[in-house]
Amino acid sequence: MKVLIAEDSDSDRLILSALVRRLGHDVFEARDGIEAVALYAQLQPDIVLLDALMPRMDGMEAARQIKALAGERLVPLIFLSSLSDASELARCLEAGGDDFLVKPYNRVILEAKINAFNRMRSMHQVLSDQRDQIRRQNESLVEEQELARRVFDNVAHTGCLNADNISYHASPMSVFNGDVLFAADRPGGGTLIFLGDFIGHGLPAAIGAMPVAEIFYGMATKGFGAADILREINRKLCRILPVGMFCCGAMVEADFKIGQLRAWNGGLPDGWLVRANGERVAIPSRHLPLGVQNTEQFSASMTVLPAAPGDQVIIMTDGFPESSNRQGQQFGEAGVRKVLEQLQPGEAPFHALMTRIRQFTDKPEATDDITLCVLTIIHQEQHQAQNDRLTESALAGPVDWHCVYEVREQTLADFNPLPLLLHICMEVPGLRRKSGEVYTLLSELYNNALEHGVLQLPSEWKASPDGFGHYYQERKRRLSQTRGHYIRFSLGHQPTETGGRLQVVCEDSGPGFDFERYFEKVSDTGLPSGPKYAGRGLAMLRRMARQLRVHGCGNHVEIVYDWEAVDGNDRAQPGHNETQRIADD
Amino acid sequence: MTDKPHLDEEALAELQDVMDDEFDVLIQTYLADSRTRLDSLWQTLNAGDADGFAKSAHSFKGSCVNIGAPCLGALCMEAEQLGKAGKLEAAPAVVKAIEAEFSEVSARLTTFGDVS
Repeated sequence: MKVLIAEDSDSDRLILSALVRRLGHDVFEARDGIEAVALYAQLQPDIVLLDALMPRMDGMEAARQIKALAGERLVPLIFLSSLSDASELARCLEAGGDDFLVKPYNRVILEAKINAFNRMRSMHQVLSDQRDQIRRQNESLVEEQELARRVFDNVAHTGCLNADNISYHASPMSVFNGDVLFAADRPGGGTLIFLGDFIGHGLPAAIGAMPVAEIFYGMATKGFGAADILREINRKLCRILPVGMFCCGAMVEADFKIGQLRAWNGGLPDGWLVRANGERVAIPSRHLPLGVQNTEQFSASMTVLPAAPGDQVIIMTDGFPESSNRQGQQFGEAGVRKVLEQLQPGEAPFHALMTRIRQFTDKPEATDDITLCVLTIIHQEQHQAQNDRLTESALAGPVDWHCVYEVREQTLADFNPLPLLLHICMEVPGLRRKSGEVYTLLSELYNNALEHGVLQLPSEWKASPDGFGHYYQERKRRLSQTRGHYIRFSLGHQPTETGGRLQVVCEDSGPGFDFERYFEKVSDTGLPSGPKYAGRGLAMLRRMARQLRVHGCGNHVEIVYDWEAVDGNDRAQPGHNETQRIADD
Repeated sequence: MTDKPHLDEEALAELQDVMDDEFDVLIQTYLADSRTRLDSLWQTLNAGDADGFAKSAHSFKGSCVNIGAPCLGALCMEAEQLGKAGKLEAAPAVVKAIEAEFSEVSARLTTFGDVS
């Protein structure tokens, strides 16, 4: 060890140096405080022995300066003093000294003190080294997480979370808290939102989030419904997550066109539908979380609620009700309910909840592990328009083709053929831009054929809140009796000079119904609320299709849909690039 | 007051062991040091500098107890306390006693070195 001795008395310094040297240490000598500080800066000794009274700079001041120079390093400072009154010794320690050594020097005590401080010093060094190592590891962990988040963001892009009718709070690093929030426009109009909360934190939670994002966005754009997506997510998570790890989640599927909300909650706190008139409907968890039950046991049955423009759907992870205040009390689901009860007319639930949670936790910024999302139901017209921006695939595809696809018997209850049919149509180059309209055409035809044709459900039922529930119960019951039934789609496409013509024929095995009169009757009922689904559906089909023909008794509908390709900037761009490249060569 | 011995022979023997070849150097250093301290005591006393007087006495005391001259150390402490209390009027007698004790100690130290 390097020991610095600062002592102005030559004889005392001689004695002490000899004693310390005998203990096997390297000794450096200073005759006053200034020399001591300079030697310290130059040599960084491990222990400093310092006389309190010295000319030029006394030991107290030297001690302060040496401690300042040492920074985080622990340098034991032992004051040397001839026995004086206790208060003077105490002052030495207050000045930063760690101990004192009283004259006459005692060899045994000196050795014991030096050894004790050396132990302390090396312990401090070990602790500092470990702390530095932890700090470095933490820094690299944060770096890695940020990198991983960028990758995750590319997979789980924000979708349509930035839409005007969606408000949400989520920490930028929320995926490492296990929270995920996705939103996508449905091809046929409407919005799909998934909020998930993986058990656990850090990398395992984030890794589970990746496939969920892929499944959600992949299936949503292909036109799959919420239930299908939930089943697929559950199947995937069951396979990849270790036992004991799972994902609480909620899926909200809003169809603005027919004014309908379908919700699924597996293990998250109550979601809420807050109607424009202030009425509140809870959306409690009715299912086990995702990744727990195998495919056979898993239920993706959705709660169906009528919803009108201005209604708001709220979903959150348990971090929200579990936020605690300084006294350690939790905000609680009761707190959420209270905020919603006390909403003023026109007050946004999202804003009210976030304001209240900040007040409650007394933190200006909400904590990291809460995720809250509010979707406002809007008019379908508001929602369209943004769907026309998809880029075209550069690959050539089929433009002249015909196919027939028939769904029958039990499959009518078990399988939704729309994603498949949409997929076939989307293979036509340029038609993807119209995926929203094509999906709407197909789903209108299919839903009419299934619900009114095969199942013979009267659409009037859906116009009242009571009938609404009855309608879906009855739908479920009748779906179990589809023996002998079928729905047949005949699709054909031909190119035209400016785009293409898609012909869709939908036939079903039902007894048929008078399409036109049926719809008129419903739309004439003039109920103040309710979606007036059928009437609007037909008007929309009429507007989009060039031709709509109902054959026979109403179980054979034919639509001709003409579409125009756009000669936009997208196509001019490659040519421009090519020119550029030639110029560079 | 002077019940303490002029030299602590046990302590000196230990120092001899520790210092080995340098023992003589130590003794010479101590003696030279002490003469400077003694001068400093007279100077501060004549200048009426009680604080400086106390500090000189304090340092002198330290080296005396280290070298093994307990009686001289005790006299220095007496001087230190007078300085701290600002009672310099009583100090000349103590400094004279220190002077006398120091010549005693120097004589004995020189002999001690020769004997050993």
